[in-house]
Amino acid sequence: MNNTTHTEPGSARADGGSLFTETAIGRRKRWTENGVRIFFFLMCCFMILPLLLIIGYLLYKALPVLSFDFLFTNPKDNMRAGGLWAPFLGTIYLVIVSLLVSAPIGVFAAVYLNEYARDTWFTRIVNLAVVNLAGVPSIVHALFGVGAFVLFAGLGESILAASLTLAIMTLPVIIASTKEALNAVPMAFREACWNLGATRWQTIRRIVIPNSISGILTGVILQVSRAAGETAPIMFTGAVFYKAIAEGDVFAYNLMEQCMALSLHLFTISTQVPDVTAGIPDGTAIVLVGSVLLVNAAAIVVRVYLRTRKKW
Amino acid sequence: MEKKKIEISELRVRYGNKPALNGVSFDVYANEILGIIGPAQSGKTTLLKVINRTLEFTPGTTLEGTVKLDGEDVHTIGDVYGLRRRIGMVLPLPVGLPLSIYDNVAFAPRTAGLRKKSELDEIVERCLQQAALWDEVKDRLNSLGTKLSGGQQQRLTIARALSHQPEILCLDEFSIAVDPVTTMRIEEVLKTLRTEMTILLVTNLVQQAKRLANRTAFFLNGELVEIDATDVIFSDNPTHQSTYDYVNGNFG
Repeated sequence: MNNTTHTEPGSARADGGSLFTETAIGRRKRWTENGVRIFFFLMCCFMILPLLLIIGYLLYKALPVLSFDFLFTNPKDNMRAGGLWAPFLGTIYLVIVSLLVSAPIGVFAAVYLNEYARDTWFTRIVNLAVVNLAGVPSIVHALFGVGAFVLFAGLGESILAASLTLAIMTLPVIIASTKEALNAVPMAFREACWNLGATRWQTIRRIVIPNSISGILTGVILQVSRAAGETAPIMFTGAVFYKAIAEGDVFAYNLMEQCMALSLHLFTISTQVPDVTAGIPDGTAIVLVGSVLLVNAAAIVVRVYLRTRKKW
Repeated sequence: MEKKKIEISELRVRYGNKPALNGVSFDVYANEILGIIGPAQSGKTTLLKVINRTLEFTPGTTLEGTVKLDGEDVHTIGDVYGLRRRIGMVLPLPVGLPLSIYDNVAFAPRTAGLRKKSELDEIVERCLQQAALWDEVKDRLNSLGTKLSGGQQQRLTIARALSHQPEILCLDEFSIAVDPVTTMRIEEVLKTLRTEMTILLVTNLVQQAKRLANRTAFFLNGELVEIDATDVIFSDNPTHQSTYDYVNGNFG
């Protein structure tokens, strides 16, 4: 016989309250719960606050100079006035060329690592390299770019050399994000295909890639912002202080020549050029941040669209 | 004596240092249903993976011994993909591929190179009918296979396994995620398929082996304890005491 005492529903409890009145313990729990939730919510607000302040402040300062012409005219008067056409187009060139190199190499390498590679010393080294390269500071990539592309490969300081340096920088992150996307496709799908006599490639082409493409694309597109924003890797390898190009001509740059870039332009007009018209540095920052956000928004749209077609 | 379909001799498999099969030898006859019973970790699934050579996808395995299919060693067969298509494989958990119902069933014929729409149509209808799923899905062949219920997906898996006209059908605990009524329907399907192919039925439900199998093999810890006619295995005096204990629920 055990000695547990049973309380009738609704009857008085040890602490004097009934089931339907709040006890001291219950009240404390409710207060703690609310307190903790509000604390976490505040942390969330602190996170978003700087972003809103930055964009708000920049917009406020840049509003006088922002116009259609600002984007489509070259800087003039020794960069004290004028627009952003040359650096804007230069950044677009650098981003596109670097991703044209790093996206295919990164995605295919990730497919090999995730779908084919066995656990050997070679794949372990590659995986280790991927993780560590992603953490290498961009200035180190810059020095590598100078040595490898500008001097050794003889590309000189050019859009190509700068883009390849950016590609080296974005490659490990693209490999990592693609591997993650591929890994999210359940192993059971692959096993089912193999049991049906499909080769690894048939499995990858018909099942794995179609079901991970949204994750792969998102990972690649997010690298646009890194390639567009970095200053260090390009300033020794191909980006230049000033270069006038034909306004409105999207093919104005030659890949073997140097170019201007938004990130470097922002740095020079903020620190190296005296008496810059007020608002131009802020306008440059807005164009840089705005185009990156636009591309990221496109990535979100792609992801949401592909997720609505999710198949399991 | 009946024709030997699969001959397994001295088969040993290890995952790293962990043994999974310790020297197993037995034959499977053409057009029989061989029930394979035994508790977890006894090597039943490994056995099936050796036969269709999907064990090769698991890193770190070592294998000794031979498995012959129609007298030919599976490990010297040049076209491993063709070999896998001679064997239909149904796994414990239903896996509808993230494709339409039609494409699920047409997947294997297509990987084998079949492109003609009329032939694919014919295969899809025949296999879905064989798997007792046709009547439920014939009006929505273009909807996703992954959106079917668990029991329907398992029948879709069976239809897919039949789509490459296998000589051997391996079922690995197919009823684990299926309700009893669907299980009975699939069992009826298996009885009719016996005339066309050899069936290896790995099952945790000993009564299922009793209902369906001509012969039953009892595995324990990577050893084949006993293989005999199902009547004998389920009688009061099989050769080994552990067999009697297992089928009567005294352990496992």
